[in-house]
Amino acid sequence: MSEQAGHTSYVKIWAILLVLLGVSIAGPTLEIQVVTVITAFGIALVKAYMVAKHFMHLNVQPRYVAYVICTCLTLMVVFWAGTAVDIYKQEGTNWAKLDVPAQSSTTH
Amino acid sequence: MATGQLAVWWVVASEIVIFGGLLAAYIEYRMSHVEWAGYAAHTNVWAGGFNTFVLLTSSLAAVLAHQAAESGNGRKAAKLLGLTIVGALVFLTVKAFEWTAEIQAGYTISSNGFWAFYYTAAGIHAAHVIAGAIIMGFVARDALAGRELHRVELIGIYWHFVDIVWIFLFPLLYIAK
Repeated sequence: MSEQAGHTSYVKIWAILLVLLGVSIAGPTLEIQVVTVITAFGIALVKAYMVAKHFMHLNVQPRYVAYVICTCLTLMVVFWAGTAVDIYKQEGTNWAKLDVPAQSSTTH
Repeated sequence: MATGQLAVWWVVASEIVIFGGLLAAYIEYRMSHVEWAGYAAHTNVWAGGFNTFVLLTSSLAAVLAHQAAESGNGRKAAKLLGLTIVGALVFLTVKAFEWTAEIQAGYTISSNGFWAFYYTAAGIHAAHVIAGAIIMGFVARDALAGRELHRVELIGIYWHFVDIVWIFLFPLLYIAK
């Protein structure tokens, strides 16, 4: 690919990213929860993928780079899974959270 | 793969755990505290959106600098890295005005859980922007003299990662009300 052709394709990717940014700001103004989740967070995933693929050139790196990145993302999910129960559940087998409704509604 | 490239990817991988853990914790707390949506309503969407535009544009400059360095054009690469640094400075300036307004309105890091996450996540990200801009200055200086052109790609990979982190921070802190 010539330098000029590569330059043009990077500018195109940037333009698409800006359009997606516009959609991610405009979508939530409709105040429909599903639309907000898709336009804000769904588009964030698409934008991150485009930056990783086209700007970081992740797709042309040795395969083990992707494995290392995936391992770290997996560790993040393990962290989430390990702590989510404690955050979301109020009680379980042989345990219950202390009742602190005043604190959770005013200071957290 | 060159040693420098491998090192940068390792940095990126470790940063994923740092930012990923922080954002995962934020999402967990956000989902179990509905009142945080009210606190998030006080963040400035237009300032956050403008900063997203600035970072995406600085990423374009960084990848074009990489392209110029690959073709051996150190002077052009240095100029484009200079533009990327300008992007970083604009980002930090907007952030400074934003934080000043929020602190003056009484929303500080100790106000509640939402603002604690907000200042921690955005603050750590801003620290990465500052570090990236400083390193980029050294890389640009060398590139201008035609030295160490391979480093332009390395700082670019780091900078695009900083951009990706902001891509996720923006909807989490500014859009989801």
